[in-house]
Amino acid sequence: MLPELGQFALILALLLALAQCVLPLLGAWRGNPALIATARPIATGQFVFVTLAFGVLSCAFLTQDFSVAYVAQNSNLALPWYYRFSAVWGAHEGSLLLWVLILNVWTFALANFSRHLPDAFIARVLGVLGFVSLGFLAFTLFTSNPFARHLPALADGVDLNPILQDPGLIMHPPMLYMGYVGFSVAFAFAIAALLGGELDVAWIRWARPWTNVAWAFLTLGITLGSWWAYYVLGWGGWWFWDPVENASFMPWLVGTALIHSQAVTEKRGSFRAWTLLLSIFAFSLSLLGTFLVRSGVLTSVHAFASDPKRGLFILAFLTIVVGGSLTIYALRAPKVAGGKPFQMLSRETLLLINNLLFACAAAMVLLGTLYPLIGDALGVGRISVGPPYFGFMFPLLMLPVVLLIPFGPFFRWAAGDWRATLRALTPALVLALLCALAAWLLVGALPLRGVAGVGACLWVGTGIALYALKRWREAPRGRRYTPEMLGMICAHFGVAIFLAGVLVTEATSVESDLRMAPGETKNIAGIDFTFKGVAPAQGPNFRAEQGVIEVSRDGRLIATLNPQKRQYSGNAPVQTKADIRPGVFRDIYVALGESLDDKGAWAVRIYVKPFVRWIWFGGLMMMLGGFVAAADRRFRILPTRGEAPAPSAAPSALATGALAP
Amino acid sequence: MNRLLPLLGFFALVGLLGFGMWWNAHHEANEVPSPLIGKPAPEFALPLLYAPSQTLTKKDLLGKPYLINVFGSWCATCQYEHPILMAEAKKLGVPLIGMAWKDPPAESQRWLQQFGNPYDTIMSDADGRAGIEFGVYGAPETFLIDAQGVIRYKRIGMLTPETIASELNPQLAKLGAGGR
Amino acid sequence: MNRFLRRLATALIALMLAATCVVHAIDPLPFRDRAEEVRFQNLTRQLRCLVCQNQDLADSDADLARDLRKEVFDMMRAGKSDADIKHFLVARYNDFVLYDPPLKPGTWLLWFAPFVFVVIGAIAILRILRRRTRAAVAASVHAPSHTEDDW
Repeated sequence: MLPELGQFALILALLLALAQCVLPLLGAWRGNPALIATARPIATGQFVFVTLAFGVLSCAFLTQDFSVAYVAQNSNLALPWYYRFSAVWGAHEGSLLLWVLILNVWTFALANFSRHLPDAFIARVLGVLGFVSLGFLAFTLFTSNPFARHLPALADGVDLNPILQDPGLIMHPPMLYMGYVGFSVAFAFAIAALLGGELDVAWIRWARPWTNVAWAFLTLGITLGSWWAYYVLGWGGWWFWDPVENASFMPWLVGTALIHSQAVTEKRGSFRAWTLLLSIFAFSLSLLGTFLVRSGVLTSVHAFASDPKRGLFILAFLTIVVGGSLTIYALRAPKVAGGKPFQMLSRETLLLINNLLFACAAAMVLLGTLYPLIGDALGVGRISVGPPYFGFMFPLLMLPVVLLIPFGPFFRWAAGDWRATLRALTPALVLALLCALAAWLLVGALPLRGVAGVGACLWVGTGIALYALKRWREAPRGRRYTPEMLGMICAHFGVAIFLAGVLVTEATSVESDLRMAPGETKNIAGIDFTFKGVAPAQGPNFRAEQGVIEVSRDGRLIATLNPQKRQYSGNAPVQTKADIRPGVFRDIYVALGESLDDKGAWAVRIYVKPFVRWIWFGGLMMMLGGFVAAADRRFRILPTRGEAPAPSAAPSALATGALAP
Repeated sequence: MNRLLPLLGFFALVGLLGFGMWWNAHHEANEVPSPLIGKPAPEFALPLLYAPSQTLTKKDLLGKPYLINVFGSWCATCQYEHPILMAEAKKLGVPLIGMAWKDPPAESQRWLQQFGNPYDTIMSDADGRAGIEFGVYGAPETFLIDAQGVIRYKRIGMLTPETIASELNPQLAKLGAGGR
Repeated sequence: MNRFLRRLATALIALMLAATCVVHAIDPLPFRDRAEEVRFQNLTRQLRCLVCQNQDLADSDADLARDLRKEVFDMMRAGKSDADIKHFLVARYNDFVLYDPPLKPGTWLLWFAPFVFVVIGAIAILRILRRRTRAAVAASVHAPSHTEDDW
């Protein structure tokens, strides 16, 4: 009975989405206040019904209702309750419902936290979001119904894939979707602005906090995914450039360009075309990612079970949404470059370079991800594109960005003083070079990457610290750091930490597959590992063989690690559960292989990974920066008529103007 | 024109994705085509399954076309291909040589005893070394080798009556061999 | 009947693959020294497993992967270079086995397009900048004074 209610709720939500799409857009077009006013209530109504549907599905999981086919396919009686909840988004249908739910969360938030924005504009924004929701609800109901019954009900279900039975899975998809789906808000703002023929850029100020929050969530989602893969999969890696990972990384790259471009458009009125296009592209890449993951077009370890019918539906939807928005752009985009003029050397130019490089990086990732398809289409054979390609191209494209980051805050708008900036940054340059040299001399045989990592971290980190210092010294008390600026400082600092993490780990990680007999000690990277044997162990829904490995250095015991090989009930394959001793400067990581003989010798894999946690610290700091920047009260003030920059490039109006803070 | 560029680029992308979907519907997603088609088959010298002291080499088989079918007792799909081989093998008009791949000889013999033996000769590649030379990456696979020892066709996955009719028989006909 | 067979075969293969292709192989080999081990790791990380197509040869637990790792190890010991070893595998298994796409006419687009994008973008930006700079000069834009808040 309850699952049918859930399905009914979805149908109602679909109808409301249809109304949300048609009525407000009609109202805004015709200038009909009554229709415009329907936008917020309808959005709220849709949110209520989608939440209801999601609640019903969660209930079905928690009460273990195996008459619902989706529940039976993704959980069984032995599954602990907390994984029963996360199993809701463990496979295609449920994760799609999560997608729709999160879209509605954003829509609901927008409908209720935008009272200060013009009604007609919000009506358009909600209308666009309604259209997106319509598409996904239709997709869910017609091809991927999570409430489909399997009667007679099975006595027990199929276990949730053991890899997914982990706290990381509880957090990673929702956070990722919050980001992914959150770019729909920036998208809707851009389309609304184009539809409404808004020539001025006031709407950018309204869009910025929403975009920053979405970007921060996406950063968090990707960081969580990387960390989770590291500790769950037992392979010591943290990024594989797998097509589905790339599907989330491309929106992130474009989103990063977008948040910077929005800053320029808001403050200076320039880069309107860039900002509009990047808004469209960020969400388009999210939709593309959804397509890639669920259509089976690319082989990937992450991909949900593919079905051509579903693939076609998403492709059609993708074509309509993106094709439609790019058509609107072609028709309505500003014809004249607007905004305040700026010189060759200025912050605007640096951010333009930033836009270009991030957009090219996203294009490169797209090219590499789709190249196997292109190879088939061109008839050049089955080409594989993997980490060697991406790991070569991406740093190359990002190198100019890393070198130029510290210049950004120092260069002023319109005209930057490169001499003064270089003088200000000299300490950073010197420190970076000295530390890189020291690292090279002190660490035996440190590869170039490691040296570069140390240098890059100090260059970027000191650069931003120097700016913060300059601001402290020169700005009047009480107005030293706006939240937006603090966010920037935090995020750029996160970039420095991230760079150190990635490059030093890649340069200095040690991995070794060893054969170990009980009592044997091996030394890896200066650390002693003593194998103490393997004994059986028991978990809530699995049996395991647990190894004991003592880790010591210079005779002192650092840790005792217990890697396991778990056998979940049913026909699940044996899952390797590594054990990690985390550390700020070094992770020690041990995974159990298989028994090699009957005298107790086992194959063991040992990793020593310096600085690997810095990768995720850096990601978290970037995320924090995004949230802090979004909190700036300035974004919530509705600009008065005189403040918005004029659209034309007429110099006279702009020469003296500066946006009031 | 500038403003149309993104739209045009997007249509190119959709075209590619549509192609991808079409391709997927008509090809096995995980199939890796062999680079050995049209190249000489690798040299091999494998013991016969039922007479391990005797060796079958590539030279022994030169002079007329033949098929090598890679199978194993561990291979579930081979069980489904087996009845088809039993029914069709004689009609093909060329010798069907079995290659027991990555399989202890005793197990292969047991499997054949249980299900029947469609092969004219069977060789045993227990350690898989010959399979690597042939570029075998799964079972079942079938190679068509011509009289000069050149690989003409490779079937990845099981042979079905349709593929025999639409792919294998035309290749056999091209070689002047081929059944009714 | 035949379509059923084909679907069944596909399903069986998929099932078999799914069962094995999640585990990461731990395969101790008798390396002479650390340098040999690092070389082996670097090489096998660039190769793709044909059975577990989402894993590289270093990590895949498939039987074929174990065999191929042993092949690579033996070839390394025999003094073959990395290029020789890759050539050996490609000759038998197709370019598919390389995660590092070879540079050949079929992959020029892949290797050169990103740089072409950057160059085209840079040229476009330079043109835009020159136009803007002219406007800036006309407006006699100067750097805002030190005391003005730049944010």
